[in-house]
Amino acid sequence: MTTKKRKERLDRGIKVRSDDIFALTSYREMLYVAVPSVLPVAVLLILPLILPTYWQKVLISTSVFAILAMSWDFLVSVGMVSLGQALFFGVGGYLAGVLDHHLHLPIWLTIPLATVLGGGLCTVCLVPVLRLRGIYFAMVTLVLPLMIERIIEATGFLGGTEGLTGLKPFPSIYAELYLIVAAMLLVLFAVRRMMSTDYGLVLRAIQENDRSVMSGGINIYYLKAQALFLGGCACSFCGAFMTHVYMFVGMPAFALDYSILPIASAVVGGMGTFAGSTLGAFILVPLSEALRGIGGLRTVIYALSLTVFIVALPEGVFHYIQRKYKQFERWVEVER
Amino acid sequence: MTSPSPHSEKSVLLSVRDLSKSFGGVKAVTGVSFDVREGELLGIIGPNGSGKTTLVNLITGFITPDSGEVVYRGRNITGLMPYRIARLGIARTFQMVRPFTALAAFKNLIVPLFSPRVKSLSGGRYGDRDAVAKDLLEEVGFERESSVTYKPAGSLPHGYLKRLELAKCLALRADLIILDELFSGLSIAELASIVPVIEKLVVEGKTVIMIEHRLRELFRIANRVVVLNFGTVIAEGIPSEVMQKDEVKQAYLGSED
Ligand SMILES: Nc1ncnc2c1ncn2[C@@H]1O[C@H](COP(=O)(O)OP(=O)(O)OP(=O)(O)O)[C@@H](O)[C@H]1O
Ligand SMILES: [Mg+2]
Repeated sequence: MTTKKRKERLDRGIKVRSDDIFALTSYREMLYVAVPSVLPVAVLLILPLILPTYWQKVLISTSVFAILAMSWDFLVSVGMVSLGQALFFGVGGYLAGVLDHHLHLPIWLTIPLATVLGGGLCTVCLVPVLRLRGIYFAMVTLVLPLMIERIIEATGFLGGTEGLTGLKPFPSIYAELYLIVAAMLLVLFAVRRMMSTDYGLVLRAIQENDRSVMSGGINIYYLKAQALFLGGCACSFCGAFMTHVYMFVGMPAFALDYSILPIASAVVGGMGTFAGSTLGAFILVPLSEALRGIGGLRTVIYALSLTVFIVALPEGVFHYIQRKYKQFERWVEVER
Repeated sequence: MTSPSPHSEKSVLLSVRDLSKSFGGVKAVTGVSFDVREGELLGIIGPNGSGKTTLVNLITGFITPDSGEVVYRGRNITGLMPYRIARLGIARTFQMVRPFTALAAFKNLIVPLFSPRVKSLSGGRYGDRDAVAKDLLEEVGFERESSVTYKPAGSLPHGYLKRLELAKCLALRADLIILDELFSGLSIAELASIVPVIEKLVVEGKTVIMIEHRLRELFRIANRVVVLNFGTVIAEGIPSEVMQKDEVKQAYLGSED
């Protein structure tokens, strides 16, 4: 009989909210529960103060992509696969541009207005195709932003290929940084909270079995439109925000990047938790920036690392970390 | 209502009139008509592929008919969206049980409990949905406070999934409940516990339509049966008489379970 060692994994079993018990017994356990949310928040609030200018810019676009990724993740969890986050982003961006350029509204009005109007406008555009499922809905969302881009180019509408320039800037880069970081955290906590309510539960049920939800007397098209509006608002906010960061809005606002990168972020980070999509953006966007220096092979290396992530951790980085954090491992003796 | 009236005197709740639907070249349902009276338990039987599920989908709005109409409480509901029909008080189960797998069993009932119908029936308030959901599960045979109530629905055994489907209909507080092969795959013991639940529904005044292959169990509780074959009604009447008809015997020849 030989004695071997085997790794054993156990669940820590500490939960704040469970179905019927609420139990945190020690200071250590409270720390254990609080650290995963408090630590990243603290880091995000300190980062703007210590980063060099270039990386401050990277933090801004990372946060923007994190919001786009959460919005994508949210729409997927309601059963709508969007390939066109650029639509929401671009509409928000142009709305802010128009409100500034033509109506001369101040920045604290253009952004909120563009957020809400953008969400509403995109919802109205997509309501007719809400009944399409899966790939059909996805195709429409993919095509719309590309179409708008070409229309702007061909008609010279909204500044045409020149775009709208000379728009109002933010008072300082810290205003930009803290606004976008705060917005990202707000979206993250709000959407996580919402998805754990009964309303969110019904939304998620639509994704799993829409027929069963309908036979429960629930108007899934109305709920999907609401979800589209919320997801659209989040992206339109980003578009409006970036318009004022660049002091410019043009056709690049509808670029494919804004559709694809959020999906990659959500997949790499792990879908369904929103923290995963955020984490994914915080891996991919800085990585893409870091690779900028190496020139031609950038895309290749980027694509390779994306593949490695997806193959190695198909569940997503966040799910992996979460699982590890909730377990502890120890070596136990196994009798043979 | 001083004396117990025979069924024929009760009002017609649902009336299916000359309903037809074909898929490409397949005539799934052709010219089907029948009435369902309030408080009745109507069985619909027929061999595989005779159009029973299609009929359920036509009544509940998941499919629009090529011709014919469905009248509920005197109102033409043909072509209404499924959720509208559900809100009028028609609930159904699905032959293929597909629960919300990640949700705890009782949380599956939150979906119908979230519907405006439930809100208006309970005086404009939703109340404590979790508590109502757990009560409903107990009603269909989930043991009170047992762990199955809290398990993810994806991990429930078949028998519990069927009961969960039934509980969804109860949650909607439907007046007409359509059960598409609820009994299939259930053990004798499970049947023994679920049959009284359905009998109780009828006693409470609900109207039930049961699509069934388990004829013996169905005939014990059904007031009347409609027999479908190749999408048409070939017989209608009380269970014992219907089974004596030659057409029915022939349709079932070889497919008797
Ligand atoms: N969506 C559809 N598309 C094409 N054909 C269909 C569709 N739904 C049903 N059919 C066809 O219509 C006919 C009736 O099918 P239906 O499912 O209504 O039968 P059923 O009586 O419920 O059978 P079972 O007892 O096996 O459940 C079958 O020939 C089936 O292949
Ligand atoms: Mg069937």
